[in-house]
Formats: sequence, C-alpha cells, structure tokens
Amino acid sequence: MKLKKETLWGWILILPLTLGLTLWVAFPVGVSVFMSLFKWNMISPAQFIGLENFRFMFFQDHLFWQSVSVMFLYTLTSVPLQLALAFSMALLLNTKVKGMGIFRTIYYLPSLIPVMVSTALWMFLYNPQFGLFNLMLDGLGLPTQEWLRNPDLVIPSLVLMSLWSVGNIVIIFLAGLQNIPKELMEACTIDGGNAWHRMRNIVLPFMSPILFYNLVMGIVGGMQTFTQPYVMTNGGPSNASLTYVLHLYKQAFQFSKMGYANALALVLLIVTVLISLIVFQSSKSWVYYSGDKK
Amino acid sequence: MTRMKYTAVRVLTYGALCVGAAACLLPFLWQLRSSVMTMQEIFSYPPKWLPETPQWQNYRETFKVIPFGRYYINTIFLVVMNIIGAVISNTIIAFSLARLRFRGRSLMFALSIGTLMIPTSVTLIPTFIEWNWLGGLGTFLPLFVPAFFGNAFFIFMLVQFFRTIPFEFDEAAVVDGASYPRIIVSIILPMAKPVIAVLVIFTFLNTWNDFMGPLLYLNDSKMFTLALGLKSLLSGYNSYWHILMAAATMVVAPLIAVFFIAQKFFIEGLTMGGIKG
Repeated sequence: MKLKKETLWGWILILPLTLGLTLWVAFPVGVSVFMSLFKWNMISPAQFIGLENFRFMFFQDHLFWQSVSVMFLYTLTSVPLQLALAFSMALLLNTKVKGMGIFRTIYYLPSLIPVMVSTALWMFLYNPQFGLFNLMLDGLGLPTQEWLRNPDLVIPSLVLMSLWSVGNIVIIFLAGLQNIPKELMEACTIDGGNAWHRMRNIVLPFMSPILFYNLVMGIVGGMQTFTQPYVMTNGGPSNASLTYVLHLYKQAFQFSKMGYANALALVLLIVTVLISLIVFQSSKSWVYYSGDKK
Repeated sequence: MTRMKYTAVRVLTYGALCVGAAACLLPFLWQLRSSVMTMQEIFSYPPKWLPETPQWQNYRETFKVIPFGRYYINTIFLVVMNIIGAVISNTIIAFSLARLRFRGRSLMFALSIGTLMIPTSVTLIPTFIEWNWLGGLGTFLPLFVPAFFGNAFFIFMLVQFFRTIPFEFDEAAVVDGASYPRIIVSIILPMAKPVIAVLVIFTFLNTWNDFMGPLLYLNDSKMFTLALGLKSLLSGYNSYWHILMAAATMVVAPLIAVFFIAQKFFIEGLTMGGIKG
C-alpha cells in the first residue's frame, strides 16, 4: 500500500511531539513507577523493596502527612483569596474611569516578577528587624511580628505574598468581564434589576468558565509550591512550611532517597489527577457554558 | 440625589483603585529605595525611609560580589536557545495537527493536551534520573533541549490560530508544487506573526524566571542563571540587603522593558489561555 504524501508529512512534522511525549512524559512516568519500588541513592545499585516505600510513606513518615497538610492548608487558603481578590480588582478595573490603562499596568506588574526575585524581596519585607512590615507596625505603635519565623504566621505570610502577584488573573478576569454582552446588562436594569441582580444572574454565570479554569490552575499550581518555602524558610520553623514538593525535593537531593522521592512524585500525580476530576465533576453544577443546550 | 450617589460611587471606586495600586507598587518602591542605600542606613534605628544620598555604586558593586555579567550571558543564551527550539518545534507540530489530515492526528493532539494535566514536579525526579543516564547533569542541555520537542500549551495555542487561516492558501500552494515545509515558511509563518510573538515572549518569560531547572541541573557557579545567582547571593551574603535589592532590580529590569515594548502581546497571551471556556 502506498502511503499518502499527506500522512507521511503529517507524521514527520509531529515527530518532535511523538519523541517529546516519549522522552519527557511516558519515560519519566514509567521510571517513576518503576523506581518507586526500589531503594536507591543513585550511587550504589538499586535494591528492590516492593511496596515498602509506600508503606513507609503512609504509616511511618510523619513528615509526609505534615507536608500534605501544609500543601492543602496553603492551597485552600491562597487560591480562594487570590480568586476573590483578582475578581474584585477586575470589577474595579471594569468601571469606566480615567487612567484605567495605567491602573491595569500597575496591577499586572507584580505578576511579571520572577518568583526568585519576589521571594528575595518579600524575605526582606518580612525581616523582623528592618523589614517594611515591622517598620510600619512599629510606626503605628503596634507589636511587631516574627512573620516567617513564627510557625503560626509562616503560611499566612506566604499566602499574603501570593496575593501580591494575582495580576495575571486580574487581566484574564477583566477580559472576561469585557466580553459580557452589554444588552444583557441593560435589559436587566430596565427590568428593575439592581447591581446585585446583575452580578448574580449575568456576571457570575458568564464568568463561571473562566473562574473554573483559574480555580483548577490555582489548585494545581498551589500544590506545586516550592521556591518560596525552599528559599525563605527551607520548610521551617518546625516544618510549618514544608510543602509537599519541598519534602519531595529534600528526600531526593538532601537525603538521596531517589526511590522514595519517586514514590512521593507518583502519589502527587494521583492526588492531582483525582482533585482535577473532582473539580471537573462539581463544575457541572455551577459552570455555565453559553454554547450549552440543555 | 442620584447625581450625588453617582459621584460618591465614583470617589469610592477611585479610592479603592488607588489603594490597590499602592499595595502593588509599595514592595517595588521599597526594593528601589533599599537598592540605593548604604548597609548602615538599612540597619539604622529609628528607620530611615529614604537614603541620604542615593548610592548608585551599589549596582556596580553587585558585579564585584558575584559574576553577575556572566549570569546575564548564561540566561540570555538559554533564552535564545529556548526561543529557537520553541518556535521551530511548536510551529511544525501545530501545522501538522491543524492543517494536515492523517490517521492518528486527533489521538496525538489529545495526548498532547492530556500532558497539561501532569504537573512538572511529578516528572522532576525521573527526568533528573534520565539526564543523569544521558550524561547531561551539570550542562545547559536539560535547560533547553526539551524546548525542541514542543510544549502542549503552545501547541494548543498555535493549532487554534492556524485553523483560522483559510485552507485555500495551502491547496493553491500544493497545486503549484510547494512542499509542506515551504508552505509553513512562506505562507503560515508570515500570517501567524502575532501568535508567534506571544510564543516568543512567554518562552522568554518562562526561561528568564525558571528557578527549579537551573537549581537541579547546574552545579558549577560559573554556569548559574540570574535566578540561581540571586539565590546564591541570598545565601552567601544574607545581610547585604542593599546589594541584593540592586541585583534583584537588575534581574527585573529587562522584563519590565520587554513588557512595555510588547504589552499588547502579554495581554493577548494571558487571555488566550485563560478565557477559552
């Protein structure tokens, strides 16, 4: 059978994709599954130990459970706050005010900052002796805080820092708000609807797919948090900011427990996929797609 | 009465907008202010809010404390390699997926989209092991070679765009005897300039900002990128906040410059990914 020219070229041109999926997805996931059954420090030969890594993870490694709870605490507080703040900022920017372009730029700028730079900057802001926050508290006559060195304040501090860079979500929300048909809003007003009615019956349904997309991205992103705790606290004080990925990183590169780190990565993959599925399922009841026929 | 209410709402809106803007700018201003102070001024109590005389030499000092120029060159090298890889690979992949008909096409597209679900930290360790086997640890290879294999998000973005270009162009070119690579270079690319610009900008941003990649794969301090250099400065000179803030400002400055030059494409790129329901 003669191969069609188009088919041949089709496969030639997606060759990078085929290779990429093999090299950077299929192979690593395979390695992860395989190595999770071994004890291996990358130097001496790997030793097969069956499911021992998983038994240790669930029943003995209290840092695993600590990192899971830190991951969820951080994600479940930061993501809703980020979305709420970004949504209010977008609503503000969507009003017809002069200088909107300037405000939009200012709101976006912080999210342009590389995470390493914002981490360094916020470490400085949180510095107990001469950081901006304590200088302001001191100036107002309020008690200063230990911020990143206080186990109860370290996660709220990281959450606050994450709120600084919601600018890209603001821009996405703003574009969504500007896509809402004006006629609908006007019709609602003519029918005697007030601002709350417009919000509840038009704006929120229209924005729900965008909110949903950003919720999923926020959760998945929040669960990956690494650089901020790694640089700022190295997981401390007393593991209060030991996120899951930081725990994984330390097991792999500080303690050379490569097999165990792979087992941790595998569990993270399963948890991420499960959470995405749950969010997708729940979305059917609250996300409205204007193209839908029901 | 309604007139007054209208004015009140307007004033409140402006007030809220200004509070938000101040909160966004304050950390920046603090960074700039500290980058031109002396160490004594930063540590002084009662606090000094502004430097007596701006210490611009802090910026020059940074280059003496760490090989900052070197880090710039390393980062720019990686940015250029990543952009070359991303433009070539994503264009040809997306062309094939968007404009050629062949068996297995939709499966490959679906597989590619599916990888968006896999967080990078999941494949982090096994990819590191893979590079260890390939002998790539301690080189730049793991930091740019993957760009030559396409990126699911960019592929999706380009496919969406390529599908909007009329197919008659390709058909006419095929009749005239043009090959597919020729069609990509002479027909598709010139029409896809705006979306390629988005691709270039976001590749630049991702590479410039990447911290975990360089942290994992680079161990020779001469090969560090700016992000990693900043981290080593932070751990090695942790009370030199004036130098640190000057270095941080120099890492950010090119980003801000690119943002102001190409603002339009930033907004486009963000909304393209975020708004599709």
